[in-house]
Amino acid sequence: MADAAVSRSRSQRYSAFSLLAGAFRQHRGWRPAWREPPLEQCYDIVIVGAGGHGLATAYYLARHHGSKRRIAVLERGWLGGGNVARNTVTIRSNYLRDESIPFYVKSVALYEGLTKELNFNLMHSRRGMIDVINTWPKLREIRRRRMVMDLHGATYRPISVDEIRRRIPLLTGGGPQSRLPILAGMLHPDAAVNRHDAVAWGYARAAGGLGVAIHQNTEVKSLLCDESGAVCGVETSRGRILAGKTALAVSGHTTSLTDTAGLRLPLRSFNLTAFVSEPVRPVLDCIVNCPDLGVYLSQSDKGEFVIGGAPDPGQSFRRDIRQNVFEDTVCALLELFPSFKRLKLLRQWGGHLDMAHDASPIMSPTERPGLYISAGWWGGYKAIPAGGMTFAHLLATGTPHPLMEKFTLDRFPHLDFIIESGTTAAV
Amino acid sequence: MLVITCPFCGPRDEREFEYCGPAAPPRPEDASVVSDRGWVEYLTSPPNPVGPVEEIWWHKRGCEAWIRLCRDTVTHEILPTREVRK
Repeated sequence: MADAAVSRSRSQRYSAFSLLAGAFRQHRGWRPAWREPPLEQCYDIVIVGAGGHGLATAYYLARHHGSKRRIAVLERGWLGGGNVARNTVTIRSNYLRDESIPFYVKSVALYEGLTKELNFNLMHSRRGMIDVINTWPKLREIRRRRMVMDLHGATYRPISVDEIRRRIPLLTGGGPQSRLPILAGMLHPDAAVNRHDAVAWGYARAAGGLGVAIHQNTEVKSLLCDESGAVCGVETSRGRILAGKTALAVSGHTTSLTDTAGLRLPLRSFNLTAFVSEPVRPVLDCIVNCPDLGVYLSQSDKGEFVIGGAPDPGQSFRRDIRQNVFEDTVCALLELFPSFKRLKLLRQWGGHLDMAHDASPIMSPTERPGLYISAGWWGGYKAIPAGGMTFAHLLATGTPHPLMEKFTLDRFPHLDFIIESGTTAAV
Repeated sequence: MLVITCPFCGPRDEREFEYCGPAAPPRPEDASVVSDRGWVEYLTSPPNPVGPVEEIWWHKRGCEAWIRLCRDTVTHEILPTREVRK
């Protein structure tokens, strides 16, 4: 029924036939993919941040929890220009904690069906990830992770050094003579990459089709509180907007907004390094992650290597990368792939994200009625579909989704931390 | 890359230093009067400003001094309010 609702409300459905029909019209008849309705004074739910999480939340709210609500998504810049474009598009579920794994397994599964569900080609490519391990402590940790993952039906299995070299012929470094010889590997077949723009655009189009109002160039300056301390809306660059519920999905800037309501959160913002090479012929058909050296990479469909490194030391609100972090990442990369010495690099970017005290996400109501946060997504690209689905559940029902009930702010007063070591590849 | 001025060694490359987290606020004097919320904030919620933040760095590959410095999270500017941690 929901599917029918989605397709009815859409103005145009994409298919091979519609493309062909468009070609006969010389591609003049295409309509905008999402609506830009006028900004209203009041909404039932205002979602701050039209990144992956914000748009996914809006979509699942409209789709699963009734479309009668008036929902707005406010975005400071342009659609798909925030952290949804500033990551390394790695989708995986090899986490450590019992609380985390079912959530990420769900997210990976949702991603696989998303192209069809959204009727938007996400260029999803399930290509698997190989962890290259160079130290015994990491090997022990990753074996432990494998056993926990086995309990939850995620796939993670050990492979030999010979198998690594057979699967990745370019990986000629890390031999017995090197400083940290490769000891073993782990294969995570569920891992995938896809196109980040398409995730943002696909969700925006589907949410717009279900009646969600997406407002770009609408920067939220502060939260509005009433006399009782409840959050009743937001002050934006285009005026005051009242909201029954205000939901923050703003990544690294969560505390900047909650500070305006006098609310302190256990979050710190960091900048995570990524850069991309010139396009070359297809030579790498899986994601390679080397936690001991601190580098991970995959090759995009255009042929560029998308390379990620460690976070900058210290809190940061910058969006460039630090020279020493960049050099360390390149050194680690060349240690494994000596033939990349002649590769030219095209661009670099940093994504700033907030990390909770225990490195696990926070999806929670707050002590201010009316204010909900989805934050601490340290590497949150993989979590977009399940994060949106569970946040929508929280906003609609007021109670956390079963997958996320351990991830509320309540865990901090009870010192019930979910200390997660599988959060980022390079740490 | 940052240039951090060590109080003993003078200006040095950031790579000689290790970042050791935000500078903790002073520990509450009388634990019996601190509310649960106050403790949780003290333990888990350091300031996260868009601007100057106090942090601890360790001159690991130098004189091994522990340094408290104030760094801007946007410009990376290190403000001249540094002192050795007592």
